[in-house]
Amino acid sequence: MVLLRRELALAWARGGGPLLALGFFAAAVVMLPLSLGPEPARLARVAAGAAWVLLALASLLSLDRMFEPDFEDGALDLLSLGPLPLEAVAAVKCLAQWLVTGAPLALAAPIGAIALGAKPAAAPIIAAAAALGGLAFAFLGGAGAALALASRRGGLLIAVIVLPLLTPPVIFGGAAIDNFQNGLPWLTPFSLLAAYALAAAALTPFAMAGACRNAAS
Amino acid sequence: MDDLAVQRGERILFSKLSARVVAGEAVALTGANGAGKTTLLRVVAGLTAPLAGTVRFEGVRGDLPNDDARREACHLVGHQDGLKGARAAGAELEFQVLWTGGDRASAEHAAARMGLTRLLNLPVRVLSAGQRRRLALARLIASPRALWLLDEPLSPLDAESRRLFGQIMGEHLARGGLILAAVHDPLPIPARQIRVGA
Repeated sequence: MVLLRRELALAWARGGGPLLALGFFAAAVVMLPLSLGPEPARLARVAAGAAWVLLALASLLSLDRMFEPDFEDGALDLLSLGPLPLEAVAAVKCLAQWLVTGAPLALAAPIGAIALGAKPAAAPIIAAAAALGGLAFAFLGGAGAALALASRRGGLLIAVIVLPLLTPPVIFGGAAIDNFQNGLPWLTPFSLLAAYALAAAALTPFAMAGACRNAAS
Repeated sequence: MDDLAVQRGERILFSKLSARVVAGEAVALTGANGAGKTTLLRVVAGLTAPLAGTVRFEGVRGDLPNDDARREACHLVGHQDGLKGARAAGAELEFQVLWTGGDRASAEHAAARMGLTRLLNLPVRVLSAGQRRRLALARLIASPRALWLLDEPLSPLDAESRRLFGQIMGEHLARGGLILAAVHDPLPIPARQIRVGA
């Protein structure tokens, strides 16, 4: 798929690509104990939740460059004249964003959470939840980025649009990991997280395509 | 694709404008700055919705529905070429050509035709305006689409490239292609003129 290859290359180059998100995540994980104090018991209690918030914030970093460059240099026009409808183009863009930033973050999330004191047994579920959450973050972030096209200070607008939408996956994912660690049923919040991510992936491409068409005309 | 005819009849801000472009024909859109030439091209390409009126594409591969026919038939080269400054010229050309229905061999051939072969490894950012435009025009040659929508295609080109592109446009028309170009300087090929604006 020629479009996916291009989008991966662009996402990779966008603001340092995966390194930026990973670097931000790693730096934040290192800073957290410094500000909260080093008692392992206290850190372990916040580990899962903190890792989740950091994950959501790290995935916001390069969002404003998802559609903006294509819009400014006319590539969006070219993409509209290709064989796929803009909805599919938008979905591929988000998929590339997820593969380049979400997937590395999903691998880093368990390491970060365990470093903060989460149980090592929770690593698989943390990675799975982070991967699903990253999917939701990429698509919702893409919708925010598309809606902010053609407006000045788009970055601020993206944050304002996207943050409320990111709240549910953060809640579901944090609950799933927390419940798992405390021996409580975790499947329900995990399923809700999966449902939310898939709904975002299914619905936001229409919003993105509409926003792009609107900005281009 | 050789039995292709395009009809458009529309009314936008400027005026009622109806025209029909048939296979093998070149039309030069003239008019003052801001008369709506670029907007008209974008309306034909389906990027901007007209205020009123319709653009119809007839006889594209049998009779495709209008939106599919449009995607299948249109090439647009405007002031914004969509080329990413940080990427290599060859990679960008290859993507644009594959995306619009051509293949690697035709991309290479088109680059050679436009005299770009030596530049393909360079990042787009270091190319001159004329070289960038030649890169954008190479896409036209490389992927088979009938209707070329050109916005000031000649402006950054040197005399030699203008002559070459005139020849290429002639070949496109001879194959039954169509050209709709917004211009200030006359095209180097015979073209019907349509004046846009009041």
